Amino acid sequence: MSPLTDEIEAERLSSAPTEQDGPSGIGVLGWLRWTWRQLTSMRVALILLFLLSLAAIPGSLIPQNSQNAFKVQTWKTAHPDITPVYEKLQLFDVYSSAWFSAIYILLFVSLAGCIIPRTWQFVGVLRARPPAAPKNLTRMPVYAAWHTSAGHKAVNAAAHRQLKSRGFRAHLSGGSVAAEKGYLREVGNLAFHLSLFALLAGFAWASLASGEGGKLVIEKQGYSNTATQLDDFTGSAFYTLDDLDAFGFKLDGFTARYANSGPQAGSARQFTAHIRYWTGSDDSKLTKGDIEVNHPLEIGGSKVFLIGHGYAPVVTIKNAQGEKVYSGPTAFLPQDANLTSTGVLKVNDYGEKDGKKTQLGFNGYFLPTAPESFEKTGPVSLFPDAADPMLVLTAYAGDLGTDSGLPQNVYQLDTKHLTQLTQDGNPARARLKPGQAWTLPDGYGTLTFEGYQQWASFTVSHRPGNSIALIGAVAAILGLVGSLFVQRRRVWVRASVTADGRTLVEVAGLARSESAKIAEELAEIAVDLQDDAPAIDDDPAVDDDDPPAEPAAPAAPAVPDSKE
Amino acid sequence: MHLATSVDPQLADLSNKLIYSAMAVYVIAMFAHIFEWTFGSKGAVAVRSVEQAGLAAAVEAAKAPAKGARKVTVTVASADGGTTTLTRTALADAGATVVTSGRDTAVDVDGPGAAGTSEKGDFAGRIAVSLAALGALLHFGAVLTRGLSVVRWPWGNMYEFSCAFALAMVVAYLGLLAAKKPVRWLGLPVMVAVVLTLGLAVTVLYTESEQLVPALHSYWLAIHVSTAIFCGGAFYAAFIATVLYLGKDTFDRRIAAGKTTGPLGTSASIWHRLPAAATFDKLSYRINAIVFPLWTFTIVAGAIWAEAAWGKYWEWDPKETWSFITWVFYACYLHARATAGWKGRKAAYLALLAFSCWLFNYYGVNIFVTGKHSYAGV
Repeated sequence: MSPLTDEIEAERLSSAPTEQDGPSGIGVLGWLRWTWRQLTSMRVALILLFLLSLAAIPGSLIPQNSQNAFKVQTWKTAHPDITPVYEKLQLFDVYSSAWFSAIYILLFVSLAGCIIPRTWQFVGVLRARPPAAPKNLTRMPVYAAWHTSAGHKAVNAAAHRQLKSRGFRAHLSGGSVAAEKGYLREVGNLAFHLSLFALLAGFAWASLASGEGGKLVIEKQGYSNTATQLDDFTGSAFYTLDDLDAFGFKLDGFTARYANSGPQAGSARQFTAHIRYWTGSDDSKLTKGDIEVNHPLEIGGSKVFLIGHGYAPVVTIKNAQGEKVYSGPTAFLPQDANLTSTGVLKVNDYGEKDGKKTQLGFNGYFLPTAPESFEKTGPVSLFPDAADPMLVLTAYAGDLGTDSGLPQNVYQLDTKHLTQLTQDGNPARARLKPGQAWTLPDGYGTLTFEGYQQWASFTVSHRPGNSIALIGAVAAILGLVGSLFVQRRRVWVRASVTADGRTLVEVAGLARSESAKIAEELAEIAVDLQDDAPAIDDDPAVDDDDPPAEPAAPAAPAVPDSKE
Repeated sequence: MHLATSVDPQLADLSNKLIYSAMAVYVIAMFAHIFEWTFGSKGAVAVRSVEQAGLAAAVEAAKAPAKGARKVTVTVASADGGTTTLTRTALADAGATVVTSGRDTAVDVDGPGAAGTSEKGDFAGRIAVSLAALGALLHFGAVLTRGLSVVRWPWGNMYEFSCAFALAMVVAYLGLLAAKKPVRWLGLPVMVAVVLTLGLAVTVLYTESEQLVPALHSYWLAIHVSTAIFCGGAFYAAFIATVLYLGKDTFDRRIAAGKTTGPLGTSASIWHRLPAAATFDKLSYRINAIVFPLWTFTIVAGAIWAEAAWGKYWEWDPKETWSFITWVFYACYLHARATAGWKGRKAAYLALLAFSCWLFNYYGVNIFVTGKHSYAGV
């Protein structure tokens, strides 16, 4: 090894590749090689990183299908001119668009092309000895020297011992000691970049094998996690309706608390759903549990999140003959922060009226806290808690269309084949307090507002890959800490015999330029070494007015790490 | 009807009064710093700082060590071609490290600070620091009583977050001073930033002290939001250092080109009194490098909270997206710092871009973009 390559080797503190420009070789292979080198170069990686953050911006400003499909629709109706352009550019699905994917896939390829060879190289570094001392130690960035009367072999041995006890990997050979410390920097660096792949894998697994469904459950009612009971479901390639985790629960009760006074009166303070659940097919072994916002319950491979809540008025309807034709709670959907709720009652099995098969339909409002009069405000609730509940209904008779076989929205009344009932020439309308009954016009029977129950809506979510992503994230943070705070440095000590028979002790150090501590560390090492190699007092090399014998041409700073 | 936990109006009111008092004290501190700079411009600017003069005396002492002392002088090569030396002497047990300013180039020498050699200026600066400490006490009291008035962590909305964030900034600055770091030059920009932040908080962002909506009932509020507050304060400090680095670097170039004023017609005296460009550069890098893992942690903690609250740890919510963008820009900056050809000014521009993303993520996303982080109360 020539002294020059020796020095270059000694000064390379990182396994980062050195950058080259321009294609080398000839033909397609040369160009391919050049392209690969470009892709895995720091410059291109930086540009890709930059592009990635730029590409993420539009998704935060334009409504996204993945977050709020309804908002996307509203936006599209408001901007019909540019919608086709936006659709072509996939601007409503930025994070799954071809161009966004292209950037991060290229980035990860670039990363792999850099990190994998570096990892092997680093393994090689760990197996090899620290680079031997360069011939001219004065060329190193940090340098000190003194003369001693101690023997050079003893000094080298002492230096070897001391560096080892300081946690350096040290090696004594050829009259000098080579030592290196701070390998955790490179370990951290590699761990950080490799853990990004773990994060990506977690992401990918989650998007391939997760699914979630929604379910609205009224108090005292139960739910079992099957395809027929879910209100809606979004699956993925490896998690379909057939793969649903087997479990179920009963909603025993729901607690809601609100601020009663102050400027935020009415805003929610606590929501808790009290449930008993079972796993597998055995629904006799019940376990108690609470689900709150921020505190989902993990049941049999799925997590159950509390998403919303509302009221379900309990209504009993009797036909003209006094037979009970409708009874029970019906969920009404909240429309505002004070839980003004709308809903419909569909009486499918009313029976016959005047010899004709008839069905009844009602729509209206449930107001948890009703105002004294609707004159100014209309039917709106004043407070989300049920302080003064009221049910406001209008009635229809005719054909609900439920027998047509077409799927129907349970929260809407299809009035195409219905006639609104009237009273004294006006649409028949009732405002009921709990316990009150309404005698329907034209002898249709009675409707009694018995009271209300609460309901809660849940998201049942099966998402694997979270633990991989979490491990990746933790490893990334630890890796970052290592790669940013640990300093990798080399120290060389050479004790040699000079012409006048004394021993010259030279110590030199090398660290990356961000590290200012190497000079202090080297000074400490040198001072400690003087226990075994006391300086000769009249030694000119110790006096700082005199430069060392050889002119200390400062070394170029260490080869910069090109990819960290 | 259930009663929600109430708010203590007296404590909430006390908190508001303390915030206004703290702001008043900060404004006076800001003026004291302005006096410091003004007085400092009158005296001659000494290139060697007081501290370095002190070191020179120590070096003299070290040159005549007691008998039996061990002493080593280390030659350190710097990137600009100069060399410095570091002398370490160790008596039997006691060790002392002494750095001499033996550079052969004057480029990297730090200025003496805002007060220059003016005693009046130094006095004004000391008053400013005392006032900043008093302001920080009042400010801390305000944040504490705000939290006590509702018995929870006092960062549930944008007003509270701004107050806590400004406090973090002042405490970080005072902490550096307490650790004997020569950073009094940070005083004026920090006071300006704090007064601006608090001014925005009490006028635009103010919300009455209240209990939190259920979505914020989580211990992650203490973890995720407090680390975000700390990162914000530190990024702000690094931003100041970066801007001053660019200014000082421009000034050095202008001086080298034979001009006599700093950028934008600023007086040369100001730039002479500030630390060296390399010092600013190193400081801004160090702060950003220390904060970057913490910022990563903030995002990860947010993702864990999101998983518990919404079922997915990452949904590209605007706040998440902008945190990610900020993270990527800071990552770009750290990479650029380590890459030949990107060091120095180019890297500094990236740091400024990253900080502007942070600012947009805080003010812009909270106010103009609706997403799931809509707790700002504005």
